[in-house]
Amino acid sequence: MFSYCSDPDTLETFRWFSCYLTTGVHMSFYVAFLKVLLLLAITAPVALAFGFAGAMAARSHFLPLRWLGKVYIAVVRGVPDIAFFLFFVIALDQAVEYLRHKMLCSGWDQPIRQGSDFVVCQAAKMPLSTAPQFIHETYGFFLAVITFAIVFGAFAANVLFGGMRAVPHAQLETAEAYGMSNRQTFWRILVPQMWVYALPGLSNLWMVLIKATPLLFLLGIEDIVYWARELGGTKTSKFTSYPHGDWRMWYFLVLLIFYLAFTRVSEVVLERVMVRLTHGQATSGGETQRKAVVQ
Amino acid sequence: MKKLILGTAALALTAGMAFAQDNTIRMGTEGAYPPYNFINDAGEVDGFEREVGDELCKRAELTCEWVKNDWDSIIPNLVSGNYDTIMAGMSITDEREEVIDFTQNYYPPTASAYVGAAEGLDVTSAIVAAQTATIQAGYIAESGATLVEFATPEETVAAVRNGEADAVFADLDYLVPLVEESGGELVFVGDAVPLGGGIGMGLRESDTELRDKFDAAIASMKEDGTLNTLLKKWFGEDTQVYGEDGAAASGS
Repeated sequence: MFSYCSDPDTLETFRWFSCYLTTGVHMSFYVAFLKVLLLLAITAPVALAFGFAGAMAARSHFLPLRWLGKVYIAVVRGVPDIAFFLFFVIALDQAVEYLRHKMLCSGWDQPIRQGSDFVVCQAAKMPLSTAPQFIHETYGFFLAVITFAIVFGAFAANVLFGGMRAVPHAQLETAEAYGMSNRQTFWRILVPQMWVYALPGLSNLWMVLIKATPLLFLLGIEDIVYWARELGGTKTSKFTSYPHGDWRMWYFLVLLIFYLAFTRVSEVVLERVMVRLTHGQATSGGETQRKAVVQ
Repeated sequence: MKKLILGTAALALTAGMAFAQDNTIRMGTEGAYPPYNFINDAGEVDGFEREVGDELCKRAELTCEWVKNDWDSIIPNLVSGNYDTIMAGMSITDEREEVIDFTQNYYPPTASAYVGAAEGLDVTSAIVAAQTATIQAGYIAESGATLVEFATPEETVAAVRNGEADAVFADLDYLVPLVEESGGELVFVGDAVPLGGGIGMGLRESDTELRDKFDAAIASMKEDGTLNTLLKKWFGEDTQVYGEDGAAASGS
C-alpha cells in the first residue's frame, strides 16, 4: 500500500501497523464487513415479504393456501437453523443444477447420482465452472440471501400473523358495517394498524438476524468471523512479512464493537419508527401521544 | 416471440461458451495449513500445494482456479460438484477412499508429531488436541489419550498455549515453524509417528479421466525431479524426497 512497506521488519510500530492493516488480506476483511451489511440490506426486506405472504396465506379463507402458510411457518420455525442451512443450500443448488441438466443436456446417458457423487454435464453447472470466482461468490451470496429470507420469513410470518390478530375486532366490524369488502378491510384497516403490534416482534427478529450473519461461513462465504479467525491466528515469519502471535482476541474485540454499535444504531432507529407508527393509533401509546399534543 | 428468440440465443451462447472451454478445473483447498496451503499477505492461496497444483495443471494442459473451502465440508462439496479437486494436505486413507478417489501421492507418507508445553509428558494418557476428521484425530482416539477436536489447525495449537490440552498432535511440517518461533513455549514431545499413505489429490470417483491426467502429471514431476525441488523449497533440505523410481526415499 505505502512505499515504505517493502521491508516491514525495519519499521517502527506505527508504520508497521499502517502497513499491516492495509495488506491484501486485510482488504478482504474490510470487504467482508460490506458483505454483511449488504446481506442485511437485501435480506431484511425479502424476509419481510416472505413473512407477509406467509401471514396472508395462513389467514386465507382458501383451505389449501391456509395449510401451506401454516406448514411453512411450523416447519421452518421448527428446524434448527444450522441443519436448515447445511441441508437446504446444497439441496437448492442441486435442484437448480438438476433442472438445468434436464433442459440443456439431452445427449447425456450417465446417471446423475453415481455413488455419493452428484454429476451433471458441464453446461448445467450453476454457475459454469468457467465462470470467474467472482460469479461463484455472487451466486453463493444469493443462495445465502434466499436461505436467510426463508428462515427469517417464517418467524416474521408468525409475528405478522399475531399482529393482524391483535388489531381490535371492532375496527374490522366497523369497516364491514361501512360496506367495505374483505379485500378493502384488509388493506385499508387491518394492514395499516397491525404494524404497531408487529413491530416489537419484528425488531427482535432484526436483532437476531444481525447476529446470525456469522452463519454465512457455513454457506462458504468468507464473512467477518472467518477473516477474524484467519487473520488473528498465529503467523510465523516463514509465510508472511508480518509475523505475530495469537491475536484472535483483538480481532474478535473489533467484531464485538461492530456488532454492539450496529445493534445500538438499530435500536435508536426502531424506536423512532415505533413513535411514528404509534401516531393516531387506538393504543395506549397513541393515546399518550394524543394527550401530549392536546395539553 | 422476440423474447423467446432472445432467450434461445442467450441460451445457445452460454452453452456454446461452456463447450468451447469446458476444462477449467476448480481446485479446492483449506488455506489454513502452512506450508501446504495458506493465504498470503496479498490474500491469495499460496504454499507448497499451490505451486505443485499450478505446475500439474500446466503439464496436464488445464486451466485451473483455486477455491477456498472449510475443512469440515471439503469432501461433501467436492462430491456435490462445487469444485473438482482437493489439494489440502489430505492424507490418503481407506476411509476417505470409500467416498472419493486419490491420485498417487505428491508428498511421501507424513510424519505426525506431538507438541506440548513441556517435555516428559506421557502422551498416551494426556489430553491431546487434533483437528476434526483428520488421521491424527483418528490415531489419538485409538491411542488411549483423551482427544479434544477443533475445527481448524490454529485452534489445536491455541488449546495447548492456553492449557486446555496437554499436547497437540498434527503434521510435523505444520508444527516445526510454530515451535521454532514460540521462544521455548512449545516443545516437541516424544517421537514422530508415521501415518497414512502420503498426501494425494482428491477427486470424485466418477472423474476417472481427470484423475488419470493428474496422475500422469505427478509421475512426470517425480521423474524429472521438479517435485523434489519444491519439497525442499517448502519443507527444508532434510525433508523426505522421491527416489529415481518414484518411491519415497529419505532426505540427504
